[in-house]
Amino acid sequence: MVKKEMIAMLLAGGQGSRLGVLTQGMAKPAVAFGGKYCIIDFPLSNCVNSDVDTVGVLTQYQPLQLNTHIGIGIPWDLDKQVGGVTILPPYEKSGDSEWYTGTANAIYQNLTFMDSYNPDYVLILSGDHIYKMDYGEMLEQHKRSGAEATIAVMPVDWEEAHRYGIMVTDGNGKITEFEEKPANPKSNLASMGIYIFNYQTLRRALKELEHVPGCDFGMHVIPYVFRETDKVYSYEFNGYWKDVGTLTTYWETNMELTSLVPEFNLYEEFWQIYTSAESHAPAYLGADAQVTHSIVGDGSEIHGKVKRSVLGSNVIVGAGAKVIDSILMNGVVIEEGAVVRKAIIAENTVVGKNTRIGEGTFEQSRLDPKVYNSDLAVIGAGSVIPADVTIGKNTAISGVTGPEDYPEGNLISGGYILKKEEKR
Amino acid sequence: MKAVGIILAGGGSERMKGLTDIRAVAAMPVAGAYRAVDFALSNMANARINAVAVITQYSSRSLNEHLNSPSWWGFGRKQGGLYLLNPTITPDSTNWFRGTADALIQNLDFIKERHEPYVVIASGDGVYKLDLDDVLAKHVESGAQISVVCKEKNDLEAGRFGVIETDAEKHIIAWHEKEEGAEGDLVNCGIYLIRRLRLIRLLEECKRQDNYDFVRDVLVKNLEKERIKAYVMDGYWKNIASAQSYFECNMDMLDPALRRKFFYDHPKISTKVDDFPPAKFNDNAKVSNALAAGGTIVNGAVENSVLFKKVYVGDGSSVKNCVLLNDVYVGDGVTLENCIVEKKMKIEDGTCIIGDPNDVTVIA
Repeated sequence: MVKKEMIAMLLAGGQGSRLGVLTQGMAKPAVAFGGKYCIIDFPLSNCVNSDVDTVGVLTQYQPLQLNTHIGIGIPWDLDKQVGGVTILPPYEKSGDSEWYTGTANAIYQNLTFMDSYNPDYVLILSGDHIYKMDYGEMLEQHKRSGAEATIAVMPVDWEEAHRYGIMVTDGNGKITEFEEKPANPKSNLASMGIYIFNYQTLRRALKELEHVPGCDFGMHVIPYVFRETDKVYSYEFNGYWKDVGTLTTYWETNMELTSLVPEFNLYEEFWQIYTSAESHAPAYLGADAQVTHSIVGDGSEIHGKVKRSVLGSNVIVGAGAKVIDSILMNGVVIEEGAVVRKAIIAENTVVGKNTRIGEGTFEQSRLDPKVYNSDLAVIGAGSVIPADVTIGKNTAISGVTGPEDYPEGNLISGGYILKKEEKR
Repeated sequence: MKAVGIILAGGGSERMKGLTDIRAVAAMPVAGAYRAVDFALSNMANARINAVAVITQYSSRSLNEHLNSPSWWGFGRKQGGLYLLNPTITPDSTNWFRGTADALIQNLDFIKERHEPYVVIASGDGVYKLDLDDVLAKHVESGAQISVVCKEKNDLEAGRFGVIETDAEKHIIAWHEKEEGAEGDLVNCGIYLIRRLRLIRLLEECKRQDNYDFVRDVLVKNLEKERIKAYVMDGYWKNIASAQSYFECNMDMLDPALRRKFFYDHPKISTKVDDFPPAKFNDNAKVSNALAAGGTIVNGAVENSVLFKKVYVGDGSSVKNCVLLNDVYVGDGVTLENCIVEKKMKIEDGTCIIGDPNDVTVIA
């Protein structure tokens, strides 16, 4: 009979709407990170590094990139005879069929999958954080404490605590109270959205709560288990953990990788992060290239100047072009003489000759000030930017644009151009 | 194409100045991210050859590790696959492979059990892109019984190769194996196409005569009996089995057009994929005309050089016209010129080594 001590369920179905045009065509976990990776590579690699060899990945929003990236799990050694990685999209049922309406509802709809592995414990993960964590250690503590559920928490600045789900604990890590985004927090331990449950307890809770609309772990399942068992513990994590859910945090977290000794070091052998990549030639820096304070992915060719930037694979920066404080994802082409400052440019976008991106001063976004609220110019995957135009700060562009889209050759700060359908 | 591939990857070379002390020539790293054997393997995979055997013998650990999955090159697992044929002891034989023909003879079972009509034999130390479908088409069209892929001779180092004379129909009429100053316009690239059953017959004959060398005992000996024709390939071809040609080959890869042909244009050369992070260039890095593979960190100046995976170049160091293999650590204030540095070497702070561009220094 099949038996796994602990399986992981990775929630990867969210859009991540605060990443704006970056998640227009793909789910947030599929968004590129650090010149080589996708965000989902971090929890997946953590799983295999923690000896968790069975992972269900729950997808819903724009799953194509994720499906392609994960495949049968070869890069993570998750192509297993028994276990390995399984992609779990919502599916039609004979009775009521529905989309995944909440995090816990998504897990509930896959009880059969979990039952088939007969696990003692289930690890619930989300695909939106950058971190290295040993889930095995968390499991050890979960077993030791006799908990029914364990929530990974990390201490945050007291001033920031009001933005998180806060856990109040006694001296032994046992949770005594929850506060969701409290005005006056009693603790600074924030939930990381990582849970271990005794499987039968989780199963009971999900069955019990099956009719709760939008059933959610933080809002429904954890409070339920807390009420019923009073055995919910915290697991304190003190390592690097970053939420990359907004354009600003996404940009900052990428930029940190370019510092001399980054806090999050991808260059150490221990706890390697695996990803799905094709084989590429090394990065090439031409005779006139000037590249400093940057990381450059395989297969890229740099002839211009690159400073404080993160470049993915197969990026081309033409002669005389300048890229500063920017993120260029795989396959981006910056043609000769173009200047790119403080921009995030997604996959396979072409920026025409002598175009200038990131000019002028900040203006409030006319598209969505909740999403676009920094100096960043953000350009979605497969876009085309014509030659000789000027693009301001806090802008958003998606699709194939031509000179006619730029009145007097300009997209002013705070402006946007969103073209449907057309993609390169 | 309907062929089985065999790659001869069993040799080291004294001309490599110690670089093959720890690996076979076919396992030599090339162009920052590849290994020599990737070229022969990819050419076969790109011609949809599904089953490929790699014959190894000399210092094979590194090569075996590189060939740990058929997936890197897209070979099958059930329909075909990647086979490693190592010397083995049997009730009949306790011999090592005593030559290229002997290596094939000792693996005759493998060749006999395949069903493909043709066999492509290639050496694992050539850097080239070759359309094997075209070789087969010309082979059939010209009525050849054995095709030998050749390259126009360039006098440099011709003494390392077989020099071939042909008639107007590209029939091979004379073969001068590794003689200095030999007559002939073509050199043998070590890539052969032959019908499988014919190969079996020729190898069995070779075995009866207790001969061991494929070129000398199978090809040259049969020049009159068999229709052996030259297929002249154009484009880049380099055998890397000497330290100087190995160095030159890596330097050639600084040419964007050549890299495009090998690594970007379809069908491309593939290799085992690693998970190293992007190359990192710190504040005072000054890098021009150089390749830098994954995991590399540069603080100093690098010019006209190839940096393989996970190389580190310290502050105030200057690396010029060098090939630094995987995991090389160059300390601070180091000057290196015209050198090949063996993998995992640590160059201490302040070291200065300047080699001769025409006789490269190997630091191993």
